[in-house]
Amino acid sequence: MLGNFITLPHLLIFFPLIAGVIAFFIKSDSGVRGWSVLASLLTLAVSLSTLIYKDNLELNGLAYNYEWLKYMGASFSVSLDGLGRVLTFLTAFSFPVILIATYRNVYPRSNVFYGLMLLSQAGLMGVFLATDALLFYFFWELALIPVYFLCSRWGGERRIAATFKFFIYTFTASLLMLVGIIYVYLHTAGTPFSDHSFSIQAFHTASLTPTQQSWLFWLFFVAFAVKMPVFPFHTWQPDTYEQSPTAVTMVLSGIMVKMGVFGLIRWVLPIFPAAVLQFENVVIGLSVVGMIYASLIAIRQDDLKRLVAYSSIAHIGLISAAVFTRQQVALEGVMIQMFSHGVNIIGLWIVIDVIEKKLGVRKISQLNGIAHRAPVLTIILVIIALANIALPLTNAFVGEFMMFTGLFKFNGWYAAFAGLSIILAAVYTLGMIQKIFYGETNELTAEMSDISFNQKLVLGLLVLAIFFAGIYPQPFFEITKDSVAAIVTRFK
Amino acid sequence: MNNILHIAWLIPFLPLVGFLVNGLGRNQLSKSISGIIGSGTILASFLLSVYVFLSVKDGNTHVAHYFDFINTGALKIGFDFQVDQLSSLFLLIITGVGFLIHVYSTSYMHDETPNNFAKYFAYLNLFVFSMLLLVLGGNYVIMFIGWEGVGLCSYLLIGFWFKNDNYNSAAKKAFVMNRIGDLGFLLAVFWLITKLGTTDYHTVFQNVSQLTSFDITCITLLLFVGATGKSAQIPLYTWLPDAMAGPTPVSALIHAATMVTAGIYMIARSNILFTMAPTTQTVIAIIGLATAILAATIALKQNDIKKVLAYSTVSQLGYMFLGLGVGAYTGAVFHVMTHAFFKALLFLGAGSVIHALHGEQDMRKMGGLKKYMSITHITFLLGCIAIAGIPPFSGFFSKDEILAAAFSSNPVLWVIGVLGAVMTAFYMFRLYTMTFLGNFRGTDEQQHHLHESPGAITFPLIILAVLAVIGGLIGIPEVFMHGGHRLEAFLEPIFRESKKIQGTHHLSHSTEYFLMAASVVGASIAIIFAWKNYKDYRYSTEENTGIARVLENKWYVDEIYSSVIVQPVRALGGFFTNVVERGIIDGIVNGVGRAVNYGSRQIRLLQSGQVGTYVLLMVFGILILFVIQLFL
Amino acid sequence: MPVYYYIFLSATLFTIGVIGVLVRRSAIIVFMCIELMLNAANLLLVAFSKMHSQAIGATHPTAATDAQIFVFFSMVVAAAEVSVGLAIIVLMYRNVHSVDVNFLNRLKN
Repeated sequence: MLGNFITLPHLLIFFPLIAGVIAFFIKSDSGVRGWSVLASLLTLAVSLSTLIYKDNLELNGLAYNYEWLKYMGASFSVSLDGLGRVLTFLTAFSFPVILIATYRNVYPRSNVFYGLMLLSQAGLMGVFLATDALLFYFFWELALIPVYFLCSRWGGERRIAATFKFFIYTFTASLLMLVGIIYVYLHTAGTPFSDHSFSIQAFHTASLTPTQQSWLFWLFFVAFAVKMPVFPFHTWQPDTYEQSPTAVTMVLSGIMVKMGVFGLIRWVLPIFPAAVLQFENVVIGLSVVGMIYASLIAIRQDDLKRLVAYSSIAHIGLISAAVFTRQQVALEGVMIQMFSHGVNIIGLWIVIDVIEKKLGVRKISQLNGIAHRAPVLTIILVIIALANIALPLTNAFVGEFMMFTGLFKFNGWYAAFAGLSIILAAVYTLGMIQKIFYGETNELTAEMSDISFNQKLVLGLLVLAIFFAGIYPQPFFEITKDSVAAIVTRFK
Repeated sequence: MNNILHIAWLIPFLPLVGFLVNGLGRNQLSKSISGIIGSGTILASFLLSVYVFLSVKDGNTHVAHYFDFINTGALKIGFDFQVDQLSSLFLLIITGVGFLIHVYSTSYMHDETPNNFAKYFAYLNLFVFSMLLLVLGGNYVIMFIGWEGVGLCSYLLIGFWFKNDNYNSAAKKAFVMNRIGDLGFLLAVFWLITKLGTTDYHTVFQNVSQLTSFDITCITLLLFVGATGKSAQIPLYTWLPDAMAGPTPVSALIHAATMVTAGIYMIARSNILFTMAPTTQTVIAIIGLATAILAATIALKQNDIKKVLAYSTVSQLGYMFLGLGVGAYTGAVFHVMTHAFFKALLFLGAGSVIHALHGEQDMRKMGGLKKYMSITHITFLLGCIAIAGIPPFSGFFSKDEILAAAFSSNPVLWVIGVLGAVMTAFYMFRLYTMTFLGNFRGTDEQQHHLHESPGAITFPLIILAVLAVIGGLIGIPEVFMHGGHRLEAFLEPIFRESKKIQGTHHLSHSTEYFLMAASVVGASIAIIFAWKNYKDYRYSTEENTGIARVLENKWYVDEIYSSVIVQPVRALGGFFTNVVERGIIDGIVNGVGRAVNYGSRQIRLLQSGQVGTYVLLMVFGILILFVIQLFL
Repeated sequence: MPVYYYIFLSATLFTIGVIGVLVRRSAIIVFMCIELMLNAANLLLVAFSKMHSQAIGATHPTAATDAQIFVFFSMVVAAAEVSVGLAIIVLMYRNVHSVDVNFLNRLKN
């Protein structure tokens, strides 16, 4: 490898971090765009090499550990296991796609915008790589704080209110998690230099009674549930998605949502097994109710962004339910679905952004007959939308099939009830396609043009990813199999 | 790997190639090229299917494993194809009828722009691909991939003329109703995985004995829910008549000959499961029969030529399910085959009529077409006789086999079944008489342009007519000819296990003759009755009353569904959006914010800015601390 | 002399200081009262130091006078405080032509 300190996990974190800091100082508008696209592509290249790099891939993956706050028992330890690999790849893959797709969007003070975006990417990478609780918390906030600024500075009309809601929700949740982290920390065994330790191994072996676990579980769960979001912690999401600039919405929904899921898998399941067993029915119940609830609301939405937001809540509900089934098959489904959901929802946002940029509206009731004017856009949207409702041979089918299998193994009634969302998803997705794309054009859509080359490029790439993961998903399972098995065996 | 497995994958692959070429090159290809690509790939698949069929006939059946679709420690689903008697028979039907309909389409869709023309063939090829995948799949998951794939193609093709919003709604309805069924199918698959850990046909069927009868009953019922969606049975049948919004060849291929029979294929494929679940079989028989009768009654009063055929399809599918329900698996598959011939023929004939009349579908405005369109007329008449069940046409043999099996199961089923068959004969000949006999009732303009359709349309009609006439001869009942039922002998390995469980109960020859005679006489009377009633049909705007009105409005089932299911769901969505979401959840969140705001407003008053007040408070605070420290 | 004499005196002085701070409005008087409280505390320090000096001095000779030295510290701090405080009062007078503490409550809005 590249030496002791410059390893792949570090590159993944520090590359965007440094690139982001540099971006702040690039004054020229086109320069900073080019720079951030280039930087994100290079990060993608690094991430691709992590998928290929196969040695030392047992349970810990590529683990590296440096002293950080030695006397507090905190270290700068990162590890690239199967879970981290899929999610860092999603992060690395999404950013160039997002930046290229929104390349033409003009932002005032674009150097700050792109700088913050890249910082956020660094934070996300850190979240998915950290194996030290304090470091995890640090990156968690590093990923979120730029988003507050991005929303409040470049958002829509009601951006301040939306950002405020988002901030209060996530910040409260993060603080709960911090309290939880400190509490667990105080119950860990020490290191030679400190009384306690923040490392994940120490957390795994922390001596916690079931009672302590049960309330610690909720501290962590709420933090992650808000981020995902799980019903009923979701109301920040539609507002924030609606008001954020589209690039930020993509980051939020495509990647940040997975921070929550990832947190559950990495930090809740293995550390509080007793509490997970105690509350699994509550969580799965909430998730399943949330799926139906969000799907029903999505049927009645007139704003495209809100529709996609609620559809995302419904899909995430299935993911969180699947996580708590503790089934190998469900968790593998979760892993591939996190990638698929990211790809699909970013695709949907790109299409919505195109429509909004071209026509200035995103009210479903005002749009009609776009298919006549923009056939390529229509075809791509139909593919992405069908992937979103998990049609076989698209990526989401594999994940949802596996998650439903796990859910059914856990309890058939949950699967049957949650399955209603499959039908409702078809209703709102096809209804949306019908109203926007089909029918006659109206005065608004009559002059619409089709999408530009860079958009065709990224959307084409997303479509390829959709079909690849849908037809031959096996590589994903190869990557995640062992990490997932390690988590599942903790419950046996 | 065996030779046949090397080419089996090509059968679905070729249509996929056709789809890709036509779909991606739709702006470059001329109409003739896309037509050739579209039809040519299906023809090639057909030839390969013939080869596969012949080699299967020699006892050459296999399961081919191509690659792992999902392979985790806990679940292993291969991308497998199963090549055996049942799938090879369906391959022939799909690619054979499919090819004829592709050829037909090259002429029927000729008024489209090259772009749309290529798009049409791309969709059609994609459909054939999905259907072949469905049939060839070696486990339930691959079948499900095809299962949803055909649903998608059906959706795309119903809404092919997407300018018309009613068509789009019909497409959406079809997809959503199919999805309701699909949920049942999926749950059955999950159940299988949970209990047996696999979805491979052969493993599942071998291990049926490990399942409790409760499991089998539930699994089969759920599978049947899937079948009701795809094969348009009660309660999910209402999408099929609406699906007639698509181009007529599509109705012929997807909504009559192939896709809607997927449910029958699936049940025939899993026959061992169903045989071991008598409760489910009873449910299937009852639902099938009820659908057959209900749809037949509706068809009696429809005036749209395609709607009549659509309800007739629903009704015939009901018969197939009746056959499955009483354990006559061969009969059901046999009826799938003959139905594919004569129903495709009837739809294509109707398409030819509609084509000649420039899109007119109302039979009240047709009539007397016999003079103008002789080939269409004759082939259509043959199709009508076949569906009415007059010997020795194909429909007679297959329907009779199902009815005979129904009789030996329960004579009541037979009585109702024959009633439906009589109605079938009546509405088909009502359709025939109104369309081809009597005087032309359309405009002069239309009459002036009336003409026989071109060769690409009449050629498939002729072939299908021949098949509709002679297709039944592969399944001649034992009473007529010993060893005459070649199909039964061919499919015997598939249904062997079920046969063992069911045992064989033969009807006496005299009973069989009686049953046949009863249904043939009934149908003949109905035909004459229809001919008498409608040969001098006059167009009138008089509204129907009483039961006729109810039938014309399809028993108001759509309206009932709308008010019982669709509206409440929408209302619930609205309630969640406006009350729960905005009122309760956001109310709580904003309420917390407001409480904090209010609280700070009150506490702010303490900050008066008067130093004295601060000090006073400080002193009080210290005194309180003293008190606590000293006395508590 | 019993130590409680000193305690009473100190408590009285401290209370006078507190009441003075609370009731007087002139900044200079308030300031003087603060000094009074400080010195009440100093008085106690010295008194207790003297009281314990013999017992502690036997074992820790240097610790016996710690408290008295501490008084010097607080006197120095008090002196520094006076210089700053008076400067503030002078500035205040320059700005508002008054040394009334209640007059200066503009932080409120």
